[in-house]
Amino acid sequence: MFPITEAKFLAPDVKRICIEAPRVARQRQAGQFVIVRVEAEHGERVPLTIADSDPDAGTITIIVQGVGKTTKLINMLEAGDALADVVGPLGEPSEIEHFGTVVVVGGGVGTAIAYPTAVAMKAADNHVIGIVGARNKELLILEDEMRATTDELHLMTDDGSYGEQGFVTQKLQQLIDNGVTIDHVLAIGPIPMMKAIADVTKPHGIKTIVSLNPIMVDGTGMCGGCRVQVGGTSKFACVDGPEFDAHEVDFTILAQRNRMYRPHEQQAVADLEADPETQ
Amino acid sequence: MADRLPPKERMKIPRQSMPEQDAEQRACNFEEVNLGLDSAIAEKEAQRCLTCADPKCSHGCPVGVQVREFVDFVLEGEYLKAAAKIREDNVLPAVTGRVCPQENQCEGACVLSKRFTSLAIGHLERFVADYERATGQVGLPQRAPATGKKVAIVGSGPAGLSCAGDLVLKGHDVTVMEALHEIGGVLVYGIPEFRLPKDIVKGEVENMRKMGVKFETNVVVGKTVTMDQLQNEEGFDAVFVATGAGLPKFMNLPGEHLGGVYSANEFLTRVNLMKAYDREHSDSPIYECRDRNVAVMGGGNTAMDAVRSALRLGAKNAYIVYRRSEEEMPARAEEVHHAKDEGVQFLNLHNPVEFLGNDEGYLTGVKLQKMELAEPDDSGRRRPVPVEGSEFVMPLDVAVIAIGTGANPLVQSTTPGLNTNKWGYIIADEESMRTTREGVFAGGDIVSGAATVILAMGAGRKAAKSIHEYLTTGEW
Ligand SMILES: Cc1cc2nc3c(=O)[nH]c(=O)nc-3n(C[C@H](O)[C@H](O)[C@H](O)COP(=O)(O)OP(=O)(O)OC[C@H]3O[C@@H](n4cnc5c(N)ncnc54)[C@H](O)[C@@H]3O)c2cc1C
Ligand SMILES: Cc1cc2nc3c(=O)[nH]c(=O)nc-3n(C[C@H](O)[C@H](O)[C@H](O)COP(=O)(O)OP(=O)(O)OC[C@H]3O[C@@H](n4cnc5c(N)ncnc54)[C@H](O)[C@@H]3O)c2cc1C
Ligand code: SF4
Ligand code: SF4
Ligand code: FES
Ligand SMILES: [Mg+2]
Repeated sequence: MFPITEAKFLAPDVKRICIEAPRVARQRQAGQFVIVRVEAEHGERVPLTIADSDPDAGTITIIVQGVGKTTKLINMLEAGDALADVVGPLGEPSEIEHFGTVVVVGGGVGTAIAYPTAVAMKAADNHVIGIVGARNKELLILEDEMRATTDELHLMTDDGSYGEQGFVTQKLQQLIDNGVTIDHVLAIGPIPMMKAIADVTKPHGIKTIVSLNPIMVDGTGMCGGCRVQVGGTSKFACVDGPEFDAHEVDFTILAQRNRMYRPHEQQAVADLEADPETQ
Repeated sequence: MADRLPPKERMKIPRQSMPEQDAEQRACNFEEVNLGLDSAIAEKEAQRCLTCADPKCSHGCPVGVQVREFVDFVLEGEYLKAAAKIREDNVLPAVTGRVCPQENQCEGACVLSKRFTSLAIGHLERFVADYERATGQVGLPQRAPATGKKVAIVGSGPAGLSCAGDLVLKGHDVTVMEALHEIGGVLVYGIPEFRLPKDIVKGEVENMRKMGVKFETNVVVGKTVTMDQLQNEEGFDAVFVATGAGLPKFMNLPGEHLGGVYSANEFLTRVNLMKAYDREHSDSPIYECRDRNVAVMGGGNTAMDAVRSALRLGAKNAYIVYRRSEEEMPARAEEVHHAKDEGVQFLNLHNPVEFLGNDEGYLTGVKLQKMELAEPDDSGRRRPVPVEGSEFVMPLDVAVIAIGTGANPLVQSTTPGLNTNKWGYIIADEESMRTTREGVFAGGDIVSGAATVILAMGAGRKAAKSIHEYLTTGEW
């Protein structure tokens, strides 16, 4: 069992959770994730990015958006509860270098996934520009953290309830149009957002990295369920990624594969909401 | 207890068959197919053994189980003694009795197989192991005094488990590290419940816990902890790498990314380890198979397990698509036979060339090509070659690719000085199981390539012996 030491909502349905996992905390690098199970008997395995870690305390932090049964169950947990399983750190760490000017784009809970890499980019002496987007003010997360790690932060909301009104892609386009030299872009968020960012940077030849979120099981390269098409070849996101060159990724296939279990997932959420006690 | 009949009489007794669940009924559930012998049938079968002076059966068994001796105990009604006799060479008899390819091993070598039918050694082995388990009186051997030496076992399949069991008895401090959340390797993630109930593996793991083996799940060596850390920081005096051959092979055909196309590893892991067959309770989904067409590509045990699982998940048609003929099929004979009885349809001498899908990205069909057999290849099996112009499209909703597995590189790629061959398998000395890195041993599928449970166990035991020697002498 992996005890939870802290749990706190950052936004509706988005919770920050600290877990005791000393081995993971010791090894983890930016860009890596864990696979967790809530419940020992029938729980499924879901991947979550390690947002932060404290090797001395032996804890890691995850930021979870409750989108379906398992993430909603995780978000019901409080300090003092425990997760049945936590395994990691999995995946290849982000490629961190002194690139020059790096733009980190986070959409929704993608900001939580982008945040640790933003920290590492800053530590590698990059000029870091953050663009954080959300549907509205309530859903915008990690503003203070991102402000502390970026040299320049742009907040975007779809409805204009906070920051500027508009999409993250519009802000990126604006920066490019204004002649800002951008050496590297990291974009993490919903698939359509990542695709749109890739479309913005491609004509300008700006190296763009995205973190892909295919459906995973083991996370060790054993099942091939997480395979994605990158540059016309098949890659396993859990061991070859999760970060890939955005201009090479087939986002259509990724989106299609992520829909594979929709009927099952919808049923699971319906059952959970009908009777949260028995789940 | 029964007296031995004279040899003439013994040879008149036909081989006793294993009672099994009715084919139509079992094709709809995940309960075990074989029901087990009762003591009357077991005794009758035991009578058939000719107690050969030179028991070929034992030579045929990769770990040399003393078949003649244990069968003798069965005849005497001394089932616990029979079990103890098997345990001298084989620590997982309830497993091997169920899954060994006996026709190529002990039973294939049995003299009876020449003129009659071989003794049902696997069934008898299973019988005594199950008896032992039911009494709860598993004869756990005595543990030697603590040596103060620490050994890490990486991977909890049959190779890792048998190595751990032997080393703990020698008094070493043994920790098994497993990447998944359950202990057992292929025995829990691959082989389905209807062939090997998970409780059996759990029971064996419990026995080992009682003997003092420590188990750590959720540890991916190479990621969670590196070999350098195990040896230099965590104080392990020796490490045994038994990570199996778990890397799925795909066919690189067009359409392989379509929804509904699985590797056998994923399909079986979802169904077994993640219990997707228990739709009511499991949180892990499996793509809808009910009333649909499912085809499994391949002809080994994995393919049979996948296709029979698909049938049990409610498939309307469950096909095996195999590019050679039944004669070349590597699966255990009993599995092919069971699959047929259950209604699996065999498309032998067929090969997929393309998966077809719809606009939403779901599989709708497969283009198959007919094959014919040419002269034998390097493996001695006749080589399949495509028949020109024989392609046709078969409607299909779920495809499972079971054409084999390769070496997972996680440990090798993060361990300096650990050499691999051109296929990525770890190089280890055949006798000492030593790798090219000091203090590190390896065995099982990660050295041999995908093989069998009993060979992996044999490798684990050999490694235990060699590790013990190394720990005692300190010489590399
Ligand atoms: C490398 C990686 C890192 C991630 N990091 C985070 C994170 O830090 N915070 C966060 O909130 N989310 C993260 N996710 C997404 C998260 O794993 C999914 O939201 C979660 O698995 C959904 O499970 P569910 O049962 O709650 O929802 P469901 O209703 O079962 O699924 C909702 C959607 O999530 C996706 N999904 C379902 N099961 C899985 C699975 N086993 N693996 C991956 N995706 C799945 C599917 O697209 C599905 O349609 C990450 C995903 C990946 C691959
Ligand atoms: C579906 C299927 C059916 C089969 N049926 C039969 C049969 O009927 N009869 C028969 O004799 N054989 C059968 N086999 C083959 C047999 O199961 C294998 O040969 C045997 O399990 C190999 O044992 P092993 O201990 O080497 O590895 P495995 O059983 O593969 O175990 C390796 C373990 O190591 C773990 N691991 C991998 N990497 C790491 C890491 N980096 N850190 C920690 N842990 C790690 C894995 O998760 C796994 O649990 C079958 C195989 C499959 C896949
Ligand atoms: S271990 Fe396997 S091969 Fe050996 S005697 Fe038992 S069933 Fe036969
Ligand atoms: S070879 Fe056959 S008949 Fe002879 S001892 Fe072995 S099992 Fe008995
Ligand atoms: S999740 Fe199984 S191979 Fe990546
Ligand atoms: Mg889910």
